[in-house]
Amino acid sequence: MRPKFAANIMESRRYDVVVIGCSTGGLEALRIVLGALPATFPLPILVVCHTALGAEGLLVELLGRSCVLTVREAVEKQSIAPGVVVLASPGYHLLLEKDLTLSFSADLKVCGARPAIDVLFESAADAVGERLIGIVLTGANNDGSRGLLAIRQTGGVGIVQDPVTAVAPEMPQAALDIAGADYVFLLSEIAPFLMRLVEEG
Amino acid sequence: MQDVKDIEIELFLDAMRLRHGYDFSNYSRASLKRRILGLLPALGFDRIVDMLPSLLYEHGFHLHVISLLSVPVSEMFRNPEVFLSLRKKVAPVLQSYPQINIWVAGCATGEEVYSLAILLKEENLYDRTQIYATDINDAALAKAEEGVYPVKLLKDYAGAYLKAGGAFSLENYYQSLYDFGMMDSSLKKNIVFAHHNLVADGVFCEVNMILCRNVLIYFDRYLQGRVLHLLRDSFARGGFLCLGNKESLEFSDVAVDFKTIDFSCRIYQCVPNLPQTSWSPDDMTSL
Repeated sequence: MRPKFAANIMESRRYDVVVIGCSTGGLEALRIVLGALPATFPLPILVVCHTALGAEGLLVELLGRSCVLTVREAVEKQSIAPGVVVLASPGYHLLLEKDLTLSFSADLKVCGARPAIDVLFESAADAVGERLIGIVLTGANNDGSRGLLAIRQTGGVGIVQDPVTAVAPEMPQAALDIAGADYVFLLSEIAPFLMRLVEEG
Repeated sequence: MQDVKDIEIELFLDAMRLRHGYDFSNYSRASLKRRILGLLPALGFDRIVDMLPSLLYEHGFHLHVISLLSVPVSEMFRNPEVFLSLRKKVAPVLQSYPQINIWVAGCATGEEVYSLAILLKEENLYDRTQIYATDINDAALAKAEEGVYPVKLLKDYAGAYLKAGGAFSLENYYQSLYDFGMMDSSLKKNIVFAHHNLVADGVFCEVNMILCRNVLIYFDRYLQGRVLHLLRDSFARGGFLCLGNKESLEFSDVAVDFKTIDFSCRIYQCVPNLPQTSWSPDDMTSL
């Protein structure tokens, strides 16, 4: 079933949402990927970056400074918006609902993490199906691999940072081992590729 | 065409509601679905529909389902700054009350109730306080009433206790028995643990404070609004409400009845906006 679109997302586009997961080395990686996206980037971007509790404000601020896109901490029940980067809050899982609003949960950690990338990815795959782009970046555990598998199984696009070039290769490697990928990229290649995907329509 | 798993979930929710009176239909769907799918390995089923015969015919099965569905995740002094704020900003007001009623709505396995009891004790409020700790999950309530937690976890909570303004050491409040610590009976004597379903049950007492943290996040906006009305209607005038750090009441029409005491800690005070009386001194002049 095709979800309802936000009014300003064009019907002709093939993708509705981008989800990104990262952990160790994630801030630098996100700065490179998100920092290279123009203000006109038309998709909402949801990010889980494992961080120390309490550092959320800092992550939003640091990322905001290196992006022209708006960067915000997630707000429970808020709708996602084109070109807005939303970061999961420490201590809470972030989930995407079918009506494209955000839900939180304080349930058990998944892969030792809360927020967990798997929880976001699996819910987003369920919510928008093949209209989803999932990206696994640097990280030191295996969170995100089951989520990326769910994304690829529902027909979405799976992108993984080349583990050899990652600060911490475990997470992208686990994603490749368990989910495989449609594309394996250097960090610098990801933003231009996303632009191509959305421009192709 | 609807996804087949979503159809199964509708059938499951219908069975819970029609057969057992538990209505989960206004829970946030994404996390509810995750929890329902999590039941399958825990109960040894392959598909959600496979659970339906047991759910409809097996005595007590639904209670087991509820105990797993409303997975209690709780810790002592979670977000210690909230408990510090309760100590600094709310406790002084409570000092003037001869009798204090507090409702911990959605108490899960009780960690938060005991955190609160410790705080009240250290502020010399406990002896005139009655705490009602409620949850939908009877298995969690039984654990809460027991008040026995792994020592390893209790040691983890010691730091949060101090950050919450704890005056002594958390160890003062439990007796260790091998790997477990049992909360002191003096903390339990003024706590009543009771089954209460925020979705279906109504106001059951008049209270001066409600802790309802990380409960609303599991509900959709409609149900959040309804529960906020229930909480508001439970307050004595000037009662304090403490929600989870990512929850809020600003979206709801009850917001006008609350003033914010500490937004970052989500502490509010209920000061109902009483309707203006039709007569006011100004009217005199027009007579």
